[in-house]
Amino acid sequence: MSKPKVAFYWCASCGGCEEAVVDLNEDLLQVAEKVDIVFWPVALDFKRSDVEKLSDRSIAVSFINGAIRTREQEEMVRLLRKKSAYVAAFGSCAHIGGIPGLGNQFAKEKLLKLIYEDLETNDDRTVPKPLSKADGNELEIPEICEYVRTLDQTIDVDYYIPGCAPPADIILKGLTAFLKGELPPKGTVFASDKSLCDTCPLRDKKPDKFSIKELKRPHEVIHDPEKCFLSEGIICLGPATRSGCGERCINANMPCRGCFGPSPRVYDQGAKILSAIASLLGIDEEEIASEEDVSRLIDSIPDPVGLFYMYSLPASNLGDKRRNDEQKDNS
Amino acid sequence: MKKITIDPITRLEGHGKIEIFLDDKGNVKNAYLQIPELRGFEVFSLGRAAEEMPRITPKICGVCPTAHHMASTKALDDLYKIEPTETARKIREIIYCAFMVEDHALHFYFLGSPDFIVGPGAPAGSRNILGVIEKVGLETGKRVIEMRKRLRSIITFFGGRVIHPVCGLPGGVSKGLDENERKNIEGIARDAIDFAKFSLDAFRNIVLKNEEYVKLITGDIYRHRTYYMGLVDKNNKVNFYDGKIRVVNPDGREFAKFDVKDFGDHIAEHKEEWSYVKFPYLKKIGWKGFTDGEKSGVYRVAPLARLNASDGMATEYADKEHDAMFKTLGGKPSHHTLAFHWARLVEMLYAAERLLELSSDKSITSKDLRNLPERKPEEGIGVVEAPRGTLIHHYRTDERGVLNYVNLLVATYGNAAAISMSITKAAENLIKKGQVSDEILNKVEMAFRAYDPCMACATHSLPGQMPLTLNIYDHERHLIKKLSR
Repeated sequence: MSKPKVAFYWCASCGGCEEAVVDLNEDLLQVAEKVDIVFWPVALDFKRSDVEKLSDRSIAVSFINGAIRTREQEEMVRLLRKKSAYVAAFGSCAHIGGIPGLGNQFAKEKLLKLIYEDLETNDDRTVPKPLSKADGNELEIPEICEYVRTLDQTIDVDYYIPGCAPPADIILKGLTAFLKGELPPKGTVFASDKSLCDTCPLRDKKPDKFSIKELKRPHEVIHDPEKCFLSEGIICLGPATRSGCGERCINANMPCRGCFGPSPRVYDQGAKILSAIASLLGIDEEEIASEEDVSRLIDSIPDPVGLFYMYSLPASNLGDKRRNDEQKDNS
Repeated sequence: MKKITIDPITRLEGHGKIEIFLDDKGNVKNAYLQIPELRGFEVFSLGRAAEEMPRITPKICGVCPTAHHMASTKALDDLYKIEPTETARKIREIIYCAFMVEDHALHFYFLGSPDFIVGPGAPAGSRNILGVIEKVGLETGKRVIEMRKRLRSIITFFGGRVIHPVCGLPGGVSKGLDENERKNIEGIARDAIDFAKFSLDAFRNIVLKNEEYVKLITGDIYRHRTYYMGLVDKNNKVNFYDGKIRVVNPDGREFAKFDVKDFGDHIAEHKEEWSYVKFPYLKKIGWKGFTDGEKSGVYRVAPLARLNASDGMATEYADKEHDAMFKTLGGKPSHHTLAFHWARLVEMLYAAERLLELSSDKSITSKDLRNLPERKPEEGIGVVEAPRGTLIHHYRTDERGVLNYVNLLVATYGNAAAISMSITKAAENLIKKGQVSDEILNKVEMAFRAYDPCMACATHSLPGQMPLTLNIYDHERHLIKKLSR
C-alpha cells in the first residue's frame, strides 16, 4: 500500500508553526517514514505545479497554518482544498486569525501611511507601491489586503490543530488520527473538551465565589504562583479558552491570553470572557455588584478588544461584521 | 535575445524575490531584492496595553521570538524607568544565551553549512541538513538535535513555551528557579561549550583546510567595505543582552558609541517604492545609495559586524577564537561576507561560556524576581543583539500605559542594504554577456544566506534552502530566465 500523502503550507504567519513541527524532533522522523510529504515549501523543494498535477482529493491531509492575507494565499489554499481529502487548520492564525488578526482594527491606508510616513526614523515620505519604476525598470510587489481572514472563512476546513504554536502532543494527536484513519467528526478541534480553568493547576485555588473590587494588570502586582489569577483581579482568559496547551503560560506564572481559541460550545471568545468577568466582579456573599460598579471596572481595562480578542478577532462576531462590510463593498 | 524560462513555478509568498536587469551587452545593469510582505505590527500594536507587547511582538518571528520578547521587555523597563532585580536580570540573560546558542546552531547546521560542508557545487538535492549529516555522520546530526532540544528546554522552563515565551515583565521576570534547575542548566551549559568547540573544529577541518572554500571566503565576490554596528559592554566586548551601541568605520576605527535612547540621532531609514523592507543607514553620513565605502551610510549588523565593532569577546575561549579568526582573515575589521558563518560560531561559543558563568552563580536561585513599576509611563526604548543584528523596540504611551507610538527596528533590516549590494555584486560577477550560469542561484543565495536573513521574519527555510525566486530580464525587459526554489 502506498503511503498517505501529506502537505504542509503556510500563509501569513511567523514561522513558529514550522518550528513546532521541527520541534517534534525524533517523532518527526518517525512520522516522516510513514507518510509521503508532497508539499512543504519551507522545507522541501516541491512546486505548485507538482500539486496541480495531483488528482483531486489525492492528498490525504493538508495542514495549513497562517492567516489569509493575500490573493495568492487564497488561490493556494483553494488548490490544496481541491487536491486534499481533508484540510486541517494548523495553529492560532489559521484557526482563529491569531495576533496578526488584530490588524483588522485598522484600515490598510493607515497601515502604509503610519509605517512609511509617520515613523520618526523614516527619512522621507516614500511609500512602497504595487507597481513602481526604478532606473527605468518596472518592479512589482503584491498589494496588501484589507483584512485578515481565518482559514475556514476562506475554504472548507475539516479539523483544527489549535495553539500559538501548537504543542507537540496536540500535533502528534492530529497526525496519528490521520495515520490510523481514526477520524473524529468534522469540525473537531484536536484538543481538550474542557476549558482551561478546568485543567488549570491553580484550579483548586480558584474560589467558589469571587470578590474582585479592582482589576490589576500583570505588571502592577506580584502574582502569587499559588493563586488563581482572576481571584487576584488579574485578567486571565482561562474561563473562555479551550484547554490542551499544557497550561504553559500558567506554568510560567503568566495569565492565559487565549491562543487555543474559544472553549467548547463557545462561539465568541471575547464575549464569553467579558460575561465571565462581569459575573465574577464584586460579588460578595450577599452583595451583588451594581451595573455602575461593573462598568467602572470594565472601563479600567485599557484595551478590552485587544485583550479579550488577542488571538480571535477575525473569528469573532466583531470580525464577522467587518468582513460582511467588506463583502458588501466588493459586491 | 531569446526568452529562457526555467521551471516556471509559483512565487513563494512572504519571501525574497530578486530581479536582475541586463544591459544591451548582456551584463548586469541593476539588481533588486524585493520583500513582498508586510504585516504591520507597528500599527496594530497601537492602542494596546504596553505590558502585552512582550507577548505580541514575538509573533513577528517564530524562529527568533526570544529576541523580540527580550527587546520588548527591556523597552518596558525603560518605559516605567524601573531596573530588573539582579536575579531577574541574570535569568533574562540565561534565557538569552540559551537562545543565541540554539539559534546560531540552527543556522550553522541547517542553513549555512550545507554550502560548505556539502559544498557549493553539490547538487541542490543534497545541499541540506541530510547532506550535512551524511558528511559529518549521523551521530553529529543527533547531537545537534539533542543540543538544541536541551537548550530550548531552558527557554521553555522560564518562558512557559519556547516558541513565543511569556515571562518578561517590566522590572523583572515572572518565574525563577531552584537549585535543581540551576544545576540542570549548568550541565547544559557545559555541554554547550563542548558543542560549540566541536562546531568550530568541524569548521576548521572541513572549511579552512579546503583551499577552494578559503578562496571563496576571502575572494572579492563576497566582500564589502562597510561600517559595522553592535552592542558592546564597558570594555567594548561583544554583548547580546545590554550595553552601548558601537559603530566602527571600514578601517575599524570607532565612529560612534551611543546609548540606545539616542538611536534616532544615529539611524535613519531609507525606503524604495519597490520593497516593503526599509534600509537603515548612518544618519550622520547619509544615504548615498546601495554602495559601500566610508562615504556611504550603509552599515552591517549580525555576527561578523558585532565582532568587527568590538574589541573582542568577554569569555576566555571565545576571545581566543576571535583572535584566531581575524588573524586568518587578514586582520580586523574583516569585510568578507562569508566570514559571517565563522563569526557565528565564535559567538555561539561566547554565549555558551556566558551561560555557564551565569548558571554557576548560586545566587540566581533568589526569589527576588520583580521590581514593581511606580512611575508614570511615557517613553521606552529597548535594545538587544538578535542573532541577526541590533534589534530596537521604541514605544510611547499615554499615562495609562496605552501605546500611541511604536517603532520596531527589526534586526534583518539592518543588513537590508548590504544584502542588496551583495546580491548585485555576486550577480555582476556571475553573469557576463548574457550568459547565465545555473550555478548563479546558489552563488547568489550564498551571498545573502551568510547574513542569515529572516525576511518578513518568515523565510527561515529549515533544511537549508532559502525559498527564493530570481528573475533575469534582458535590456528590452523580457524575462530571459527564472530560477526558483
